[in-house]
Amino acid sequence: MAELELLVALNMIPYLGPVRIRGLLNCFKTYHDFMNATRNTFLEVPGINQKICNVILESRKKVNPFEEIKKAAELGAKIITFEDKEYPRLLIEIYDPPPVLYALGEVSVLNQESIAIVGTRKPTSYGRKIAEQMAEELAEFNINVVSGLARGIDSYAHRGALKAGGPTTAVLGCGIDIVYPPENYEIMKEIIKAGCVVTSFPIGTRPLSSNFPARNRIISGISRGTVVVEAAEKSGSLITADFALEQGREVFAVPGSIFSPYSRGTHKLIKQGAKLVENVNDILEELNLKKKTDFSMENGSDITSIISTTQEENEVLNLIDYHPVSIELLVQKTGKSPQEINAIITRLQLKDLIVFLPGGYVIKV
Amino acid sequence: MLASLKSCAIYGLDSFLVDVEVYISSGLPAFEIVGLPDTAVRESRERVRAAIKNQNFDFPIKRITLNLAPADIKKEGPHFDLPIALGILAATEQVPASALQGYSIVGELSLDGRVRPVNGILPMAIEVKQKGLKGIVVPFENAEEAAVIKGIEVIGVKSLQEAVGFFKGEFKPDDIIPEVMDTVTTEFEGDFSEVKGQEVLKRALEIAAAGHHNLIMVGPPGSGKTMIARRIPTILPSMTFEESLELTKIYSIAGLLSGRSSLIKKRPFRAPHHSITPVGLVGGGRIPKPGEVSLAHHGVLFLDELPEFSKEILELLREPLEEGKITISRMNATVTYPASFMLVGAMNPCPCGYFQDPFHECSCPPHKVHNYLSKISGPLLDRIDMQVGVSPVAFSDLEKANSMDSATIKKRVELARAVQLERYKGLNIFYNSQLTPALINKYCKLGRAEKLLMKEAFQRLKLSARAYNRILKVARTIADLDQSENIKERHLAEALQFRNLDRYFQNIRT
Repeated sequence: MAELELLVALNMIPYLGPVRIRGLLNCFKTYHDFMNATRNTFLEVPGINQKICNVILESRKKVNPFEEIKKAAELGAKIITFEDKEYPRLLIEIYDPPPVLYALGEVSVLNQESIAIVGTRKPTSYGRKIAEQMAEELAEFNINVVSGLARGIDSYAHRGALKAGGPTTAVLGCGIDIVYPPENYEIMKEIIKAGCVVTSFPIGTRPLSSNFPARNRIISGISRGTVVVEAAEKSGSLITADFALEQGREVFAVPGSIFSPYSRGTHKLIKQGAKLVENVNDILEELNLKKKTDFSMENGSDITSIISTTQEENEVLNLIDYHPVSIELLVQKTGKSPQEINAIITRLQLKDLIVFLPGGYVIKV
Repeated sequence: MLASLKSCAIYGLDSFLVDVEVYISSGLPAFEIVGLPDTAVRESRERVRAAIKNQNFDFPIKRITLNLAPADIKKEGPHFDLPIALGILAATEQVPASALQGYSIVGELSLDGRVRPVNGILPMAIEVKQKGLKGIVVPFENAEEAAVIKGIEVIGVKSLQEAVGFFKGEFKPDDIIPEVMDTVTTEFEGDFSEVKGQEVLKRALEIAAAGHHNLIMVGPPGSGKTMIARRIPTILPSMTFEESLELTKIYSIAGLLSGRSSLIKKRPFRAPHHSITPVGLVGGGRIPKPGEVSLAHHGVLFLDELPEFSKEILELLREPLEEGKITISRMNATVTYPASFMLVGAMNPCPCGYFQDPFHECSCPPHKVHNYLSKISGPLLDRIDMQVGVSPVAFSDLEKANSMDSATIKKRVELARAVQLERYKGLNIFYNSQLTPALINKYCKLGRAEKLLMKEAFQRLKLSARAYNRILKVARTIADLDQSENIKERHLAEALQFRNLDRYFQNIRT
């Protein structure tokens, strides 16, 4: 059993990742031992060369784990080490579990059934809707929705889960005291109430882009599976999916239009063998959980029949699809005047059957 | 020996009469001009001396004192050359002084005595008529511009000799028939029928033109925003004589009437580049000149790539958009220029142009999109009644043959404008875009079905309270185009389409 101060201190030293820290822990059990160890002791640890040894010797003078633990307590954050019972049990199974997690909120959700929902920072209305709806349904099954609190799909996933009252977990790529992106301040506050915010980074760490792959590994590591909702060809979400595969977890991908650049990444995943997800049952099935039975309300065609539409509205509605159609095209295809089409589109919008996209497109809901 | 004659000077957009007094006395030879002359006026001494000699008149070797009255307003420009020369000739009895009475004289002289054209002739001719003078002597090239004003004699002269000849009764100028010209800037001729597809955008522009609504187009690069904007003047209603006169005055003062020119008949289309300076946009300078907002008076001010304009520049638009005029205060003058224009803006949805585009990936990081859009402030956006999303033209559109031509659209626009003029008689407003909240209550009454639609729209589409009046104004115009007295449900439903981007701007802001 390693001392808390030692783990916190090691976690604060640059160049020391989970693997090297594990090596070091074989040599020392207390902070005192570590501080008094000589250069030769360090060099005996596998994976530690002269350069890293220098960094350790230099940094151990600067880092102050006592101060860090005090600061965490002031912020109301809990520090969980990988030897604690509260440490997510799925995370410990991965190759490089972070030795220390800072957590705000209800840490017990970390050991619930968890599913990660990730995707692009610039989602389309389609992706937003799916992220929010899927998260809400998962949360209704008391499944912890894990994501990264980033802009776009991440935010919608958290929002969806919060709509159902949680649980949800946000994994940060910065210190627990920093809200990034700043506009998600409100969401973060709510997550702390309904779930948990965790990070492996010491207090005060800036949200550098180099932190995010490490964050992504925790997102997939906590979860049984990772759902990629929308991702462009080169997207950070694909990194998360790769981690999930390495960690032996499920990868789910939501298909989209073959014309949409934001579905290329997910389609690539499907080609590589990721499970195609149409609804929450596809996920529940994989996890051997009870399925959702009542799907009648979600079915688009049912809704259309409930809301009454006039004949000309129907004529236009039939031309609108689940991928964007320009209003211009509707004018041409129907042969109606722009003023008629504009008015019909307003009426369909008000009936919640279609959504307007900037640039003069509409899409079926 | 004393002589006195009349000339004109420009102040702001208007002209006033100036007395040119010449006194020649014995003493050391000298030539002094008093009465707040600026450099160009002071330098006229040298031009006048050379011109008089080169046209075979005598230049008196005496003490010449010249006064420009009223002596407390600064006189600018070279157009005092001709009256000064004639004044000296009158004082030395080389031209009959009595013949000069009742005429106002303007013109720049070259050293050999030819008369060169000057700026601001139209307002001068207006002043001459208002003050009840007989006529105006102007440079030959400016004669047609002055001849727009009926009821005064216009004498176009090519040289000092001709001017003297006229006053001696030896030279009779030709009659001048003013020729109508187009705005200098609209050398571009186009027609809406040349633009294939984009029927939705064309419809939006028709509404904007009919109600004089400001409009913003948002769409990816290459969707034809600029191409179609350049053709807006072709669907705007013809200008009335008063409007033409006012616009010509502005161009006359700005020196933009080129060559043989008289009244401008075509509405202006001004498209300043986004590197424009504040002075270039609203006018000003040491000697105030009208800026682009005034040159677009009664026409279209088109700002392409709106967010590329500096924030400072965009905020300057707020006063003219609200008041229809711009007041410039400088050290030695405060002038007001009219600036009632239709603002048409075009922009990409983000720096790369593909934000939320279904078929291209946007390469901008979110904060860049935010910064880009936040250049357009809320107050400015509030003054823009209509927003249109523009999608790129599909190939099938390019092949389509028949498209509405400008003349047909213009006819509908003129009918709708006539309805508005009739309705707002005596209210001192001319189009729907000028409706105040009180007048909106009076003229944009909604029936039960319409109220219901509006209520639903506010809840579902999350419109802001500000959008409410704008939607009503645009719906009023749509009803006017339809020649309908009341705003009907279909008018309102169409008007709502032009607020679709509200949420897009708001979402980005938060």
